[in-house]
Amino acid sequence: MQHENPHFELWGLGFNPGNVLMLVVAALIVFLIAFISTRNLKLKPTGMQNFMEWVMDFVKNIIGSNMDWKTGGKFHILGITLIMFIFVANMLGLPFSVVIHGELWWKSPTADPIVTMTLAVMIIVLSNYYGVKAKGFKGYLGSFAQPMAFLFPLKIIEEFANTLTLGLRLYGNIYAGEILLGLLASMGTLWGGLGFFAAVVPTMIWQGFSIFIGAIQSFIFVMLTMVYMSHKVSEDH
Amino acid sequence: MFLDYLVLGNSSEFINGGDILVTLAVFIILMFALKKVAWGPLMGIMQQREELVASEIESAEKSRQESQQLLEDQRSLLKEARVEAQTIVENAKKQGDLQKEEIISAARAEALRLKESAVRDIETEKEKAIAAVRGEVVSLSVLAASKVLEKQVSVEENRALIEETIAKAGETL
Repeated sequence: MQHENPHFELWGLGFNPGNVLMLVVAALIVFLIAFISTRNLKLKPTGMQNFMEWVMDFVKNIIGSNMDWKTGGKFHILGITLIMFIFVANMLGLPFSVVIHGELWWKSPTADPIVTMTLAVMIIVLSNYYGVKAKGFKGYLGSFAQPMAFLFPLKIIEEFANTLTLGLRLYGNIYAGEILLGLLASMGTLWGGLGFFAAVVPTMIWQGFSIFIGAIQSFIFVMLTMVYMSHKVSEDH
Repeated sequence: MFLDYLVLGNSSEFINGGDILVTLAVFIILMFALKKVAWGPLMGIMQQREELVASEIESAEKSRQESQQLLEDQRSLLKEARVEAQTIVENAKKQGDLQKEEIISAARAEALRLKESAVRDIETEKEKAIAAVRGEVVSLSVLAASKVLEKQVSVEENRALIEETIAKAGETL
């Protein structure tokens, strides 16, 4: 259970090659799904094009429920990429994990706090950037004193709290799912293989539930992204 | 501790700066690559479809209005034609009546003319007949008188006298 993470250093930076591998795999899968399903685009959509258009409309609705399309339209591509990337990343750790020499190589990249916190920080930084862009620097600073000036410290705290909850919610859900899957899998090897019969049903149930969790978490991540964006970008909320 | 591995950040001795960079790089490259090859074209085609649907609706509306207009035109044309037909029939009727009157009056005039000429003919015939009868009577009278007077009376000498007498007799007749 207590896996080490693989580690190497380059240019004074620490790398977890397991994370790097899984990020690249997730990105490749998302890219292939999107690439293959958008070949032969037709006005009358068929097959995978329907699915991609459904994803686009889904994200469009998420954005539409937070801000009007004129300001929210520029976050469309970010939202689609985010929801697909996080969903695929969440799914990667479900079927199996690979441990080589006690080092964990195959897992969900989102089961690592560094990855999820990076994404969360990226979102918060982006939302602040677009806030400055939409309202100007003065308006952006003024929005911290809204609706009351004495709320200013809370507003500052809110930014960090948002970042932490956004990143750690995703990490916690996926990591917990993988831990339980690992426990169930190790239970399957107990008692000379008899444990397999005890573990198979709970494992299947938990995997099904994890698929649900993974989908919900990717949805929540994008939803909250758009909520934070709209708080920064919209004039009234 | 048994649960040490669950503690955040414990799995690595320090924060992996490389992982942060890789995550950002992978995500951003993915986003721009997909924008280029997938989302862009897909959004384009969806936009195109929206425009197509809008233009189809517009053209359907337009053609509906056109057909409505056409229908109105046809309806008014039909009405016009009906009115025109009505007037034509009425005119024809009027003309027919007029012609009838003309024909009848012409026939009447003709009949009158024929009657008059017939009357005239009869008159002249009558006069001719009377003249003939007069001539006959004169000759007969002369014949009779000559028979009575024998040589004393010549036809040529007394003819004028006799004719005068008969004309007088005719006037009194």
